[in-house]
Amino acid sequence: MEKTIKKYFPIFALPTAAAFTVFFIFPFIMGVYLSFCSFTTVKDAKWIGFSNYTKIWGDPTFVHALWYTALFSIIAVVSINVLAFAIALLLTKGIKGTNIFRTVFFMPNLIGGIVLGYIWQLIFNGILARYDLTLTFSEKYGFWGLVILLNWQQIGYMMIIYIAGIQNVPGDLIEAAKIDGASKFQILKNVTIPMVMPSITICTFLTLTNAFKLFDQNLALTAGNPSNRSELLALNIYNTFYGRNGWEGVGQAKAVVFFILVAVIAIIQLRATRSKEVQQ
Amino acid sequence: MKKKVISALLCVAMVSSMLIGCGSKTEPAETPAETEAEAEAPAEAEAPAEEASAEGGSVYYLNFKPEQADQWVALAEKYTEETGVQVDVVTAASGTYESTLKSEIAKTDAPTLFQVNGPVGLATWKDYCYDLSGSELYKNVKSDDFVLKDGDAVKGIAYVIETYGIIYNKSIMADYLTKDYAVVSDVSEINSFEQLKAVAESIQANKEDLGVEGAFTSAGMDSSSDWRFKTHLANLPIYYEYEGNGYSSVEAIQGTYLDNYHQIWDLYINNATCAPTLLSSKTGDEAEAEFALGEAVFFQNGTWEYGNLINAGMTDDDLGMLPIYIGVDGEENQGLCTGSENYWCVNSQASEADIQATLDFLAWVITSDEGRNAMANEMGFLTPFSTFDDGYVAENALIAAADEYIAAGKKSVAWCFPTMPSETWKNGVGSALTEYAAGTGNWDAVVTAFVDGWAAEYEAANN
Repeated sequence: MEKTIKKYFPIFALPTAAAFTVFFIFPFIMGVYLSFCSFTTVKDAKWIGFSNYTKIWGDPTFVHALWYTALFSIIAVVSINVLAFAIALLLTKGIKGTNIFRTVFFMPNLIGGIVLGYIWQLIFNGILARYDLTLTFSEKYGFWGLVILLNWQQIGYMMIIYIAGIQNVPGDLIEAAKIDGASKFQILKNVTIPMVMPSITICTFLTLTNAFKLFDQNLALTAGNPSNRSELLALNIYNTFYGRNGWEGVGQAKAVVFFILVAVIAIIQLRATRSKEVQQ
Repeated sequence: MKKKVISALLCVAMVSSMLIGCGSKTEPAETPAETEAEAEAPAEAEAPAEEASAEGGSVYYLNFKPEQADQWVALAEKYTEETGVQVDVVTAASGTYESTLKSEIAKTDAPTLFQVNGPVGLATWKDYCYDLSGSELYKNVKSDDFVLKDGDAVKGIAYVIETYGIIYNKSIMADYLTKDYAVVSDVSEINSFEQLKAVAESIQANKEDLGVEGAFTSAGMDSSSDWRFKTHLANLPIYYEYEGNGYSSVEAIQGTYLDNYHQIWDLYINNATCAPTLLSSKTGDEAEAEFALGEAVFFQNGTWEYGNLINAGMTDDDLGMLPIYIGVDGEENQGLCTGSENYWCVNSQASEADIQATLDFLAWVITSDEGRNAMANEMGFLTPFSTFDDGYVAENALIAAADEYIAAGKKSVAWCFPTMPSETWKNGVGSALTEYAAGTGNWDAVVTAFVDGWAAEYEAANN
């Protein structure tokens, strides 16, 4: 058996490996290369060294977008995971209509980001119009608008992962805890949460990276207004790329910096939560 | 142990799927561009592909004007029927032309015909522009004013001349003139900022009596509408500064006429159909609807808007156009703003056969009866080509209004906005205007974005 798998390994792996090379590895290498170039279209690039990277730090909007994104990610990760976990707990208690509730909570995740952004823009502006205000009146409105939007979109998805985790907690463990006289809160803290740690790892990883890379929702909701102050990193990169002649390379350099940042944060987060997981 | 392996595998799968998502984000612009191309795909499919190779070359036109998208597709089909040369027309959505062009031109089947908006656009694309000095197009263009040159090479040729100003509703205006609170007795008396302001304010004060919501349509700062102010309205202070100093582009603008820009912007936002704080969410369609429904009297826009207004139920008798007066000395002689930001360029990096096919197509468009009819009558373009003089001059109420001002000896305001240093500059001014209107920013921020922003952006874009 093992031998056969080994023998046919290249054949089975080939399509995926080819697709991965064409659609990921090649564009990635080209992207990194372009960040050292001056170019109008991706085909005629001229090597200019590190000057794109030095220009990044002279751009105040990038630094602002960096802090804005960091703050946004922290709040989004905490709120999404707490709410999703709470809903998952409720929906594993066996209340009536559990399946309907699960479906309803999951639904928002099926709608694309751009559409979602425009729908929420209409909702927010509809409410704010009563006070003669709009979403782009201040960067704070855009910030909380994005937090609400992302919560609404992602809670359902994370909830499904948490439900799977909670259902996998062995019943005898909980029973034993009960017999030992543990309160409900103690069971949650000392039995359930340690047992669903793998789910928490995946969920915090997904929400963290999603929040960091948020683009379509940001574009549709505020497009960075007022004055680029509600601009997240991904949108800042996009605007740099198309905003000025000759700044395509700087946008590309920002994208490389962005990639390194997301990768480092994700690895640190994975290490931190993995270490808390218990072996069953 | 096995569980650990499985969970590790799952994690790897998750990570790689996330990384793929991340990888595609490095070029996020692909998405809007692609959708635009897709949107036109059915129209392309109708062109008989099997005849495409008849001449060896084919034409791919990346069109800038969504207003005329259907007419171009129809004209392309007609040409294919007649000659067998395939012509594909793809139209970029409003505001996405540069990003669409950037991704399209890097493809193997790149556009053979595209357009630039003027000198700043040409600076980006000049390596892709075929020298048109030997073309039929250049032979027939009436003057070099409509040509973009790089040295002696003809890089782009304008194909439409447009005019903008303050479009007004003639019927409501006529009604207003009969009222006792009217401050003028005839529209022709509105020939300065003072008069315009007096009229607008008296309309605003008596809006219930006139049955309107406001004097001006909402000056929407949504991206579908903000170009009317950050680009077109900003043209006036730039034009007067250029005129006063005799230059045609500049590295650092002084902002001599920004006080005038301030007062016209105040007039727009304080005498409109909605509160100034709401402007950031108002779209171009909303302003157009307000005007077409008679809820506002004044609407800053241009001749390209004619078709939309007629489709919305207005008639030629409803439409007139006033110059945008900003309170500069001697503005009684100021006319409307006339110029072009649509220059055709042929892709020099396309194959010989494709370049020839494109030149032939363009020659056909400006000389054949079908082509001239489509451009002048169906698209409503006023063109700078002499071939259109015998009976193919576009006619509509807005163009007629523009002609009247020229006939009356008024001096047209040139389009200086193609010399604005970058999109980022325009966005900076637009945001500052929005914040000023909302009350969260002050006018100094607009001045900073305009003057300091210009120098900074010029520096950033040219070094």
